[in-house]
Amino acid sequence: MGTITEIKDYMPEHPFFKGLDPDLIEFLAGCARNVHFKEGEILFREGDKADTFYVIRKGRVAIQVHNPAGGGMIFDTADAGDVVGWTWLVPPYKWVFDASASEETSAVAFDGECLRGKCEADPAVGYALMNRVMLVMYDRLQAARMRLLDLYGTVGS
Amino acid sequence: MTSTVSRSGAVAADPMVPRTFTLLSTHADTRDTFTLELEPTDGVRLEFRAGQFTMLSAFGIGEVPISISGSPIEDGPLIHTIRSVGGVSNAIVTSAPGTQLGVRGPFGTSWDVTDAKGGDVVIITGGIGLAPLRPAILELLAERDQYNRVVLLYGARTPEDILFGDEMRKWADRLGMTVEVTVDNGPHGWKGRVGFVTQLISRASFDPAQTIALVCGPEVMMRASANELRQRGVPAGKIRLSMERNMKCGIGLCGHCQLREHFICADGPILTYEVLAPLMQKWEL
Ligand SMILES: Cc1cc2nc3c(=O)[nH]c(=O)nc-3n(C[C@H](O)[C@H](O)[C@H](O)COP(=O)(O)OP(=O)(O)OC[C@H]3O[C@@H](n4cnc5c(N)ncnc54)[C@H](O)[C@@H]3O)c2cc1C
Ligand code: FES
Repeated sequence: MGTITEIKDYMPEHPFFKGLDPDLIEFLAGCARNVHFKEGEILFREGDKADTFYVIRKGRVAIQVHNPAGGGMIFDTADAGDVVGWTWLVPPYKWVFDASASEETSAVAFDGECLRGKCEADPAVGYALMNRVMLVMYDRLQAARMRLLDLYGTVGS
Repeated sequence: MTSTVSRSGAVAADPMVPRTFTLLSTHADTRDTFTLELEPTDGVRLEFRAGQFTMLSAFGIGEVPISISGSPIEDGPLIHTIRSVGGVSNAIVTSAPGTQLGVRGPFGTSWDVTDAKGGDVVIITGGIGLAPLRPAILELLAERDQYNRVVLLYGARTPEDILFGDEMRKWADRLGMTVEVTVDNGPHGWKGRVGFVTQLISRASFDPAQTIALVCGPEVMMRASANELRQRGVPAGKIRLSMERNMKCGIGLCGHCQLREHFICADGPILTYEVLAPLMQKWEL
């Protein structure tokens, strides 16, 4: 398990935290620990308590839905530089999808309750963090909309 | 029949009259996309530049514009990669070896990769859009040391729809190209990336000030890619897009392919985003 010092040294390099105030990064690092997943290992399952926010350092995470009729369907992946999970922000704090490591993966895992506590205690921290989360959500939403158009699939699109 | 004499003295045939080519082979690339090898019946190789297209006809059925997907610098048959979407394309891909097909052209502008020498080249494409870019990629890789970074970002609908998968692996493993592939959605067990191709642009490694970008795919995807490239700082004049419009004559006469003042068959299909940006945002065009 990585130390807080290693984590806070790494955080400014990750696109999610890049440019954030170093004091803020240090403050947030207090909620973090390093985690590793083997290929195929589950990060979380639909319905589980959503208490973690993952910042991917290395590897790939597949986000998927389980479909009893047709097996699973991967609808998104997160690579080094991406983040996984914002359900820790949304009551009732339960994962709505499954996530597993497509390959050997390293991440920094933030405790959702700890982060929420910091956001509530200091709205400036909350605002800075929400801004970052919004950007990620916006990018993913845009990409999801594009894929919804099925541009390569529908003839005439 | 009219004919013109070129500076070399060779008599160029009427561009409205097809030459006949014999279908040598058809290879299924994916469930709906096929690569065809064609041999000129008169034995004269069709010279072309990367990005150009021909008007390809199944006699008695119809004629469609199809980009050339073979190498512009190596000898060999004329190669087209065709997605079967309707009457003519389906008739062509289901033709038996030995069938005679009509070929007019080559027509249109080229990717013109040589002016990227010394800099980076970023290629962004999706679906069948990789086929019109293949000649440019082969040309780039034949002189790989002349370019700095060469990056291919490719999106497909599903893993099954990935075009030229083995060849992309070769380009990446042996020929010094960075290849990133993503699919719109993947089955359980898929180890690759899932997402839209534009998401690959922000993380790709290239120097925006020294980059030529080549983009080919559905128009919405090209617009989104060009906007992302602009955000990274690639000048609009350095972003080249291959446009599609319905075509008839292929030589700037009939107006079928008109996009305001541009005839896509003759002024295009490859145009810069500098030219296209104001036109691509208009609903009526
Ligand atoms: C410059 C240029 C280069 C091209 N290069 C290639 C190529 O290398 N390989 C290739 O497979 N295709 C290419 N195309 C597209 C190809 O010309 C069309 O798919 C073809 O004309 C369809 O004709 P069809 O008779 O088979 O289908 P149609 O019966 O005309 O159409 C059947 C269905 O397909 C749709 N359709 C027609 N044209 C297109 C299109 N361009 N894109 C998406 N949907 C369409 C129609 O709306 C209709 O729903 C190119 C087009 C242009 C303008
Ligand atoms: S197809 Fe006739 S002008 Fe372009």
